[in-house]
Amino acid sequence: MAIPLSYWLIVSAALFSIGMYGALSRKNAIGILMGIELILNAVNINLVAFWRYIAPNDVSGQIFAIIVITVAAAEAAVGLALVIAVVRRRHSAIVEELDLLKQ
Amino acid sequence: MSFDPSQFPFMEIAFWVMTVLALGGGIGVVASKNLFHSALFLIVSLFGVSGYYVLLSAGFLAVVQVMVYAGAIAVLILFAIMFSRRPMEKVSQANHQWWLALLMAVLLFAVLVGIVGLVDWPTDGGPEPAAAATTVQQLGVAFLGSYLIPFMVVSILLSVALIGAIMLAREKLEAEEMN
Repeated sequence: MAIPLSYWLIVSAALFSIGMYGALSRKNAIGILMGIELILNAVNINLVAFWRYIAPNDVSGQIFAIIVITVAAAEAAVGLALVIAVVRRRHSAIVEELDLLKQ
Repeated sequence: MSFDPSQFPFMEIAFWVMTVLALGGGIGVVASKNLFHSALFLIVSLFGVSGYYVLLSAGFLAVVQVMVYAGAIAVLILFAIMFSRRPMEKVSQANHQWWLALLMAVLLFAVLVGIVGLVDWPTDGGPEPAAAATTVQQLGVAFLGSYLIPFMVVSILLSVALIGAIMLAREKLEAEEMN
C-alpha cells in the first residue's frame, strides 16, 4: 500500500463536489438522483479508506459502507418511483415545474 | 536496464486508472447534455469506485458495488429515463443557478482539500487485512451479532422501500382517480 490515505480523501472530496454540483444544477429529477448517488459513493470511498488505514482488523468500516449502499438502493427505488408517478401525472420530470404546493 | 516486477508500481497505476474512471465518469454524469449518456457515465464511475474497493482490499464490497450499483441502480435509472424520455427531450439540463452550484462545489472541494492537508494522515495501510473469505465470515458474524439492530432496521427499510416504490409507481392509482 504505497498510496497515502490523503489521496483517497482528496479523490473522495472531488467525487463529492462533482456529485453536489450535479444535484444542485440539474433541472431533471433523475439527474439530481444521479448526483446524490455520486455523493453516496464518495462517502463510501471515505469509509472504506479509513477502515483500511486506521482499523483494518475490525469490519465495522465495511458494515457502515454496506448499510450506506443499502440505503442508497432504497433511496433510488423510491426516488425513481416518485419520478415515474410525477411524470405520469404532470408529464414532466423538471423539478422547477413541480410547484403544485406553491400555487 | 532490467525489469523488476516487485518495483513496478502496479498499485499506483491502478489507482490512477480508477481515478480517471471514477472522476471522469462523475464529470460526465454532471456535464453531459443527454440524460441517457449521464446514466452510462454513472456506470463508468461506479465501476471506478468498485476498483477502489479492490485496491483497498475490500473485495466483498467491490462485488456488492458492482451488483447493487452498476447492476441494479444503474438499470433502474436507465428504465426511469426511458419511461420519462418524451417529456424531457428538448430542455437544457442545467438550471439558472448552475454557476452558483459550480462555485459552491469548487469552494467545498477547496475547503475539504485544505482540511485534508492540515492533518498528518497515515501513509501506509499496514499489513494486508484478512483474506476476502474471512472478511465475509466476519461481516456475517458482525451483522448477526453486534450489528443485529442496524441489520434489522435496514431490512425493514428495504421492505418499506420495496412496497412504497410499488405503490407509488402503480398505474392503477390514476385509473382509480378517474372513476
